[in-house]
Amino acid sequence: MAGELIFALWLFVLAIFVGFEVITKVPPLLHTPLMSGANAISGITLVGAVLVGGGAVASSSSILGLVAVAMATMNVVGGFLVTDRMLRMFKRSAEDRS
Amino acid sequence: MFDAPAYIESAYLVSAILFVLGIRRLGSPATARSGNAIAAVGMLIAIVATLLNKEIVTYWTIGIGIAVGAILGGLLARTIRMTAMPQMVASFNGLGGGASALIAIGEFLRLSDLGGGISVETLLTIAFGSLVGVVTLFGSLVAVGKLQGFVQDRPVIYPLQKSLNLLIFLAIVALAGYLVAADASLPVLVAILLLATLLGVLLVLPIGGADMPVVLSLLNSFSGVAAAAAGFVLDNTVLIISGALVGAAGLILTRIMSKAMNRSLANIFFGAVGAVAAGARPGTSDDKVARSVTADEAAIVLGFARSVIFVPGYGLAVAQAQYGVAELAAALRARGATVRYAIHPVAGRMPGHMNVLLAEAKVPYDELYDLDEVNPEFARADVAVVIGANDVTNPDARNMTDSPLYGMPILDVDQAASVIIIKRSLSPGFAGVDNPLFYLPKTMMFFSDARKAVTELVAVVKEME
Repeated sequence: MAGELIFALWLFVLAIFVGFEVITKVPPLLHTPLMSGANAISGITLVGAVLVGGGAVASSSSILGLVAVAMATMNVVGGFLVTDRMLRMFKRSAEDRS
Repeated sequence: MFDAPAYIESAYLVSAILFVLGIRRLGSPATARSGNAIAAVGMLIAIVATLLNKEIVTYWTIGIGIAVGAILGGLLARTIRMTAMPQMVASFNGLGGGASALIAIGEFLRLSDLGGGISVETLLTIAFGSLVGVVTLFGSLVAVGKLQGFVQDRPVIYPLQKSLNLLIFLAIVALAGYLVAADASLPVLVAILLLATLLGVLLVLPIGGADMPVVLSLLNSFSGVAAAAAGFVLDNTVLIISGALVGAAGLILTRIMSKAMNRSLANIFFGAVGAVAAGARPGTSDDKVARSVTADEAAIVLGFARSVIFVPGYGLAVAQAQYGVAELAAALRARGATVRYAIHPVAGRMPGHMNVLLAEAKVPYDELYDLDEVNPEFARADVAVVIGANDVTNPDARNMTDSPLYGMPILDVDQAASVIIIKRSLSPGFAGVDNPLFYLPKTMMFFSDARKAVTELVAVVKEME
């Protein structure tokens, strides 16, 4: 049991390092899309919500799960769509005034 | 705890890889759109794989939740105005954090109902997940309230701010210890939740409007950590990895934003954000005279300029003047001028906000220059036009050690041959201090609403020979 938590911490810490390595050089131009894109990814908590909401034996936890599923889905769907909407607006001048 | 079979774990691994690749592609304008799409595919794979888990028995509740969330999220994504992006991202941070907290609470209830006790490790992760999730949720709600104007935008200062927050935090830690060691009951968890709610509200309440980019970045990071915490509770690898990635992204943005405002990360974590703005008083301007000009005078200066740099600030977005500015830029370019936009890292109310607003007004992104790129160009520019920006152009930040802005990287607007400032009045910016730029001999103050001013300038410039 303790082994599992330590393993989880390993994953967490190493993934943070990966994140730092991958993200550091994002230009200010893309800060908002990066944030809303990352925000959509944090909606991964939907996976946990599905497990709690769908696997429940008790009704109280399945209600919490249902609410969590709705909240996380909104985060995921809205996050990816609005990021795409923003990125579609970014154009180079060559395309506009050829 | 849910034990996932190997094929689900493999699918999670694919998702994690796609998230990393997607985030990396978000770092360049040419690949960003595909990066977002790749991350979305990763998400789809993770969710479908999860639905295949045999321990999931009630699909209909999940179906309802997903349908409701997808419809609301989709509608919001399509209709939200770009000026309201900070509110939307803040709300979504809150939703993610709230969902993560509900997962921790739900798992606690489920394990309690099963009986037989809950392990120390699981209780620890449940307490941590509830704390981070609830702080994220309520911190975000206050941030949304401030951005929307429901909640006092100026810093709200209360006595013993730092000590109180620390005290609440320590009380939560103590309660978590009690939950783990002595009494794993619902009332103890509820007490933790209530205190976490208070902490979330009190952390964000004192923070002023100008510091919103920092707060949003930090809450973004929190929402990632909350997802990872839910992953700890459920022993779920993909939650932990993706949550950590988002946590890192938010932390990097927080660091960039705090550097751009000359505040240390420690300073932000310990709740001093906004204290500067509250303590400062507007400087006296009795002995200084600002030169006021009309639209015609300003337009003539612009019309004969060979090189123009626009400096847009949040006021531009408030006045919805970005379309007019784009039109003015086109008119000046038609007269042979070089036109650039100088964007301060904290222009707008979230990181990169100004870039999005100008992109929406169809300004090509290669005309948008960030601080380091554009500062050497001011000395070579004929005119710098400041619209709705103030503190980020204040020369006192360079050498006045007693200014609250001292040390903050600024746009070197005062280096341009002449400066036009479009502003309603001489009133100070968020930092509450006077801007000496307004009183330079080469500065022309065009007192007007940004949108109206720009429309007038376009009309005059287009008439010029």
